[in-house]
Amino acid sequence: MAWQTIQKPVHNPFQRPTEAHQPVAAQPPPALADYAATRATFHWDQARAALHGLPDGGLNIAFEALDAHLDTDRADQLALRWLGRDGQVRDFSYRQLAALASRFAHLLQRLGVAPGERVFSLLGRVPELYVTALGTLKAGRVFSPLFSAFGPEPVRARMEIGDARVLVTTESYYRRKVAPWRAELPGLAHVLLIDRDGDTAPDGTLSLAELLADCPDTGGLTATRPDDMALLHFTSGTTGRPKGAVHVHEAVVVHRLTARYALDLHPGDVFWCTADPGWVTGTSYGIIAPLVIGASLIVDEAELDPTRWLGILQDQQVTVWYTAPTAIRMLMKLATRDERGIFADYDLSRLRFLASVGEPLNPEGVVWGRDVLGLPFHDNWWQTETGGIMIANYRSAPIKPGSMGRPLPGVEAAIVRHTAGAVEVITAPNNAGELALRPGWPSMFRGYLNEPERYRKCFVDGWYLTGDLAQCDADGYFWFLGRADDMIKSSGHLIGPFEVESALMEHPAVAEAAAIGIPEPTAGEIVKALVALKPGFAWDEALQRALLAHARKRLGPAVAPRVIDVRDNLPKTRSGKIMRRLLRARELGLPEGDTSTLESDER
Amino acid sequence: MTRDEIKTIALQELIGVAADLAGETIPGDAQLRDEFDLDSMDILNWVSALHKRLGVDIPELDYPRLVSLDATADYLLERL
Repeated sequence: MAWQTIQKPVHNPFQRPTEAHQPVAAQPPPALADYAATRATFHWDQARAALHGLPDGGLNIAFEALDAHLDTDRADQLALRWLGRDGQVRDFSYRQLAALASRFAHLLQRLGVAPGERVFSLLGRVPELYVTALGTLKAGRVFSPLFSAFGPEPVRARMEIGDARVLVTTESYYRRKVAPWRAELPGLAHVLLIDRDGDTAPDGTLSLAELLADCPDTGGLTATRPDDMALLHFTSGTTGRPKGAVHVHEAVVVHRLTARYALDLHPGDVFWCTADPGWVTGTSYGIIAPLVIGASLIVDEAELDPTRWLGILQDQQVTVWYTAPTAIRMLMKLATRDERGIFADYDLSRLRFLASVGEPLNPEGVVWGRDVLGLPFHDNWWQTETGGIMIANYRSAPIKPGSMGRPLPGVEAAIVRHTAGAVEVITAPNNAGELALRPGWPSMFRGYLNEPERYRKCFVDGWYLTGDLAQCDADGYFWFLGRADDMIKSSGHLIGPFEVESALMEHPAVAEAAAIGIPEPTAGEIVKALVALKPGFAWDEALQRALLAHARKRLGPAVAPRVIDVRDNLPKTRSGKIMRRLLRARELGLPEGDTSTLESDER
Repeated sequence: MTRDEIKTIALQELIGVAADLAGETIPGDAQLRDEFDLDSMDILNWVSALHKRLGVDIPELDYPRLVSLDATADYLLERL
């Protein structure tokens, strides 16, 4: 079916579209009132000028997020409310969070961590994670978050590539995911545990709380420059180890601008971003952007639990909610327009704006938001390399359900075809091609750490190639079609087949392995692996279970394959490259496409 | 079925979902997500395996109750 564009009422754009809700307090006008007019006159220098900055042209993300508020009446406003899994609540004002960040910044100096060196976190959503992130940025050191559902191998690969100097984690994560190989990473000078117990603590670890107690709670700021490295976010590759995308302090220009334009965040808003800071969304929008704006950030330690989530939206009076398609699809099972189920028991009238990111939100999800929550979801698009939202549906503009929207003011996007070092822009609407961006936005990644060649390959003929296939309609709305490569998108997270295959190849029975994404209604895709065995091994349930166990132990649930099957041989090109695309097409019964490079087929 | 039998079945099906747990000692009160690295997809798969094995309907809203083996056994005992 064709989905109808959701028009925003012109006479009163702030009125709720359904009558099911009580009247609400006056709402602020959209931060981006007129897309076309703003886009026509926009310059990045205006966005830069909106920040405080440091003397002599310096810029520091943590200063913008915290210290810049301290001489305003926002200083004692709620900056972060942490909701513990067991019902505990901890509040931090801007002043308190700034003081904690100062302590952490001093600690890094005392530990002898040099500016630019990397501080990793391997934590759930606990207050220490936010202190680590902001304190590291304040100190001019580089913050690199790891997702806590990674197994030991993804953790190790990222810490090796990032040359980790400090790790902040829990005793349990340390024992399970780091201690077994720590001796092989001599550069890791300090492991700080948030729950270190003096009697039983592992050797070579320090207590974060004890060390922080000793540090001053003011100062600690390093006057970073706009192009100093601030964040290192890992992303997976199709052929090779994960890549560390380098982001600089100037990225905060885009964090602030997109928080306003794409998320409609205003000072004083109660903002809930459900993404985990182990991924780029959870850092850019789950820590930095809302604080720069002067909003109050809600952090929930627990995983998705519909009753709990509705309770949070109601009780915390959330006004702007940024979540992901996997979560929305789970919630969609619980209510429809006519059968509102538990949604009928909650007052969600404080919600003003809903946004979604991670993978394309099905049009059903956009409309479900309108029908059940009283507001449509606004899908947007970006990726680790872009550092911030690039293409979005806006509060003041019509939504086309299923579309990622239109490029931010200041962002030039195009659909291109690229052949042998040249890029041709496809201007005719509704033609498929690769989504490309014109370099120059301030949060653009500035490199893959120590991999200049892989970085260079992302840029062709003056365009950054995103690896996503899309098309653009006559109104300038972009529509996602799929990946241009073999990357797998599961629960909104990009998983590199190479990392999965490498772990499987470590098993003595495996001769060849291929990882592909297969559709799954909730997660979007799940990882399936196909293996060929070495001579002398026979496929049976025990071996299948052993391989599944092996992969989970090394990779963790976020990356490990959920299904493993066997083939006698995997299809390969003449150069010996496994043709994942062909395997996937066969799995899904799709056309096989161009198989002219096929050398040896599967059996 | 006794509570112990149910708990054994819950553990078997859990290992079916997360093969790396085979051979692990899982205390009945251990928080599965945290201490044994289970994610939301694992819980979904576990629920559907329990449904298949025991014929018990587990509504989405109840998933958060399946935090440990003990809690899951208690919950299933109520529903059987």
